[in-house]
Amino acid sequence: MLSLPNFAAQAFNGLVLGALLALIASGLTIIYGTLGVLNLAHGAMFMVGGYAGVVAYQYTGSYLVAVAAGSLFVMALGLLMERVVIRHFYDRPPEDQILVTFGLGIVYVELVRLTFGSLSQSMPPPSWAAGITSLGFMIYPTYRLAVVGIVAVALLALYLVLYRSRLGMIVRAGIEDAVMVDSLGIDVYRVFMIVFGIGAMAAGFAGIVNVPIAPITPDVGESILVETFVVVVIGGVGSFPGAVLGGLIAGEILSLTSMVDPAYSQVMLFLVMTFVLVVRPRGLLGEQGRA
Amino acid sequence: MIEARRGIRGLAFEGWTALALVVAPFVLPKIGFVPDTMNRVLVFGLFGVGFDLLFGFAGLLSFGQSAFFGTGGFVAAYLLTRMGLTSVMLGLAVGVVAAAVAGLLVGMIALRRTGIYFAMITVAIAEVFFFMENSPLSDYTGGENGLPGVPGPTFNFGFASVHVTGGWSMYVFLAVCYFVGLALARRIVASPVGRIFVAIRDNPLRAAAVGHDVHAYKLLAFVIAAAYAGFAGGLLGVLQGYMPPEAFTFDTSGQLIMQTVIGGLGTLIGPLVGAAVWLYLRDFLQGSLGMGASWKLALGVVFVLLVFFLRRGIVGGLSDLIALARSSARAPGKAAPGGGDDAPVFAAAPQNSNPAPPPARDPGEPEIAGPILQVRDLSKTYGGLAANSEINFSLERGELRGVIGPNGAGKSTFFKMLTCEINPSSGSIHFEGRDITNLGVTEVCQLGLSKSYQVNQLFTRLTPRENITIAALAERRGKFRLDLLRNPADIPGLSQQVHSTLALVSLTERADVPVSGLAYGEKRRLEIGLALATSPSLLLLDEPLAGMSPRERVETVKLLKSISKGRTTVIIDHDMDALFEMSERVTVLQLGKILVEGTPDEIKANAAVREAYLGGVLE
Repeated sequence: MLSLPNFAAQAFNGLVLGALLALIASGLTIIYGTLGVLNLAHGAMFMVGGYAGVVAYQYTGSYLVAVAAGSLFVMALGLLMERVVIRHFYDRPPEDQILVTFGLGIVYVELVRLTFGSLSQSMPPPSWAAGITSLGFMIYPTYRLAVVGIVAVALLALYLVLYRSRLGMIVRAGIEDAVMVDSLGIDVYRVFMIVFGIGAMAAGFAGIVNVPIAPITPDVGESILVETFVVVVIGGVGSFPGAVLGGLIAGEILSLTSMVDPAYSQVMLFLVMTFVLVVRPRGLLGEQGRA
Repeated sequence: MIEARRGIRGLAFEGWTALALVVAPFVLPKIGFVPDTMNRVLVFGLFGVGFDLLFGFAGLLSFGQSAFFGTGGFVAAYLLTRMGLTSVMLGLAVGVVAAAVAGLLVGMIALRRTGIYFAMITVAIAEVFFFMENSPLSDYTGGENGLPGVPGPTFNFGFASVHVTGGWSMYVFLAVCYFVGLALARRIVASPVGRIFVAIRDNPLRAAAVGHDVHAYKLLAFVIAAAYAGFAGGLLGVLQGYMPPEAFTFDTSGQLIMQTVIGGLGTLIGPLVGAAVWLYLRDFLQGSLGMGASWKLALGVVFVLLVFFLRRGIVGGLSDLIALARSSARAPGKAAPGGGDDAPVFAAAPQNSNPAPPPARDPGEPEIAGPILQVRDLSKTYGGLAANSEINFSLERGELRGVIGPNGAGKSTFFKMLTCEINPSSGSIHFEGRDITNLGVTEVCQLGLSKSYQVNQLFTRLTPRENITIAALAERRGKFRLDLLRNPADIPGLSQQVHSTLALVSLTERADVPVSGLAYGEKRRLEIGLALATSPSLLLLDEPLAGMSPRERVETVKLLKSISKGRTTVIIDHDMDALFEMSERVTVLQLGKILVEGTPDEIKANAAVREAYLGGVLE
């Protein structure tokens, strides 16, 4: 049971899961941080990304095309959703925003169910990452190792866009004071739309990258959404580094606890969240300001 | 005002509901409802009554109600199947208590944060309940299999004994349960607690500032909703003869929210209508039209459209339509204001006299000698910036003190520290001989120190009468009281206090117009009225004249003079002529420090004051 290879394997599983959660949570948190909207359809976006990618894979057989299609489709969906629905909710109470995104999430799930049925869909890992790799002290599925790298690159790209680009500067200024940015002659709504698209794309990207690890069903977004919430609460709402840290912590908690007893993994995750809430209500890396 | 409609018209709602519940079994089957569907509608309708109290009235959107639905259901089912408990009603009651206790514990965690945090935390906690049921507790709950064999109740009427099994006998049993639950919720909504729920949803900051313990009331709303959920969960087990683990899923919470919003938030009966629409569409689209799973897609689209366009759902939309039809049926231009029926409760106001202000509260003990307020070395720094430094300030009982100072002098910071909205960095504040330095704004208001805000902080979705009532309730009932079933009209002195406060701020004739329909000057007077209705012995007014027209100023100065009789008052304002006219003494603040203090004449003559305002005038 509690051997070193077993522990190492679980720790790696935790890293893979944590990396994916970090990416999904980053998407949720930059949308909230910039627009002030909690997107309850975020889990459904993850799921839609998976399906869009699988469809592209079925036509082309290419992993890269699948990942691009999954990400871009969800980005387009995010842009559309912001323009058609979310934009009309900035001036409404947060409860209305939550309700409408919750409803949209259900619409997405049911549309996918109607189109593809409830059976799970899957896709093999790309040939360059198939099989297993020996790490010396243990052997581990190559694709899972690759996922850690792929997600790390995606997070780095997100970081560069948010912290090292003109757009990122506007976004961060918008978080501080949207009215001020608006009066500087910058079209804040256009920035909001782009941010919503990027945040959604993060979820869609994670959705398709995850398919070779775990087959996808229309309902998969629900548990992802709940775990993402926990990640964001632990890390601090609106904080990009907090989302990454929270994701890694959550991934390890889920994996290492399930090594002892899988039944308690979710319970343990929740206990950690409660502990953080009591000791540090704004989350590990949360800012005092917004929340 | 709901409570005003009690009495003859008041019970009409209950009457119509009872009639509908009786007639339904004869009508609804004709359009395709089967008894089982109707029974489910009742269970979810009851579940929704509690949720509507929580979200529709107290404004707390929880995504975790499945936790309490499942807890109540499984506790009751466990007692009735595994423990050999024979009384079904007792089992249900224990389930309700268990759910309420769970609600208390979860609420204590979740209510540490508000808004989106609250929603996210409730989701996460509910998920844990599901996992607990599924594995660690599966010896007790049956895990994925649930608990089969839940019996129906038996009622012994002496001459006959009725065993409720299924179908229509179950309908009668559930309909009675629903009706009792609904009637109880109606009482709660009409009680002082229900009024405070609405006030908290509207403006939690002001609800706390007039002296209500906002956190305790939110927790109460959460516990009540959990108890309703537990009752409904127990009934689900009884209805199905089986307690399903699905009760604990996120889907259950989501279904509840969608049904409540579709039916109509803040109507109590809306969730029942929403559940009926939901389950009917499910049966109809799935069965008759053979549309399979698309029923949920259709409902999802309907839900989004309702959130978009018709926030008050089916019932809210219908009642708006009826109100519109009624008002246009009456003489045009004479549309009765919404609160027209309120008169019997708060007796019609005689417009003649100039009413006496509500008395400042009696300290109870023999008056403590010395100043009513004593401030020593009070400082507040933000980083390196000193907003207030070493302020010493003392106030005699009955005094009217003016405070002036240029913009940024630290006047508002000083007031915020006095009312304990912010804590000082150092120094102490004694009020009536008592150290209040680190108390909260609610406690201080309860002690008799109240403030009107520089920027209006009103309950904007209520009428002026309701606004004043909320403030007066805090004074009459203390910061927290569990009078869930009490009619506010029975609280001694409340209606007189509301009436005289309204008259004092000259809002009697506008008492039942929504706040959004008031003119600026009227809102300003209501703002003062809110502070006044708590009968403070020390009243702080932060720029009461700001933004008023010259004529409004003259009237308001008259009003301020009359309310300051018999109570200690401090007024901050930029209108120096008005302040010099009213005040006995004036304190001048500059750059966070007290520059000078004295009679109006002394201040007018003071060179330092002139310099502060005019900037280095050479004599």
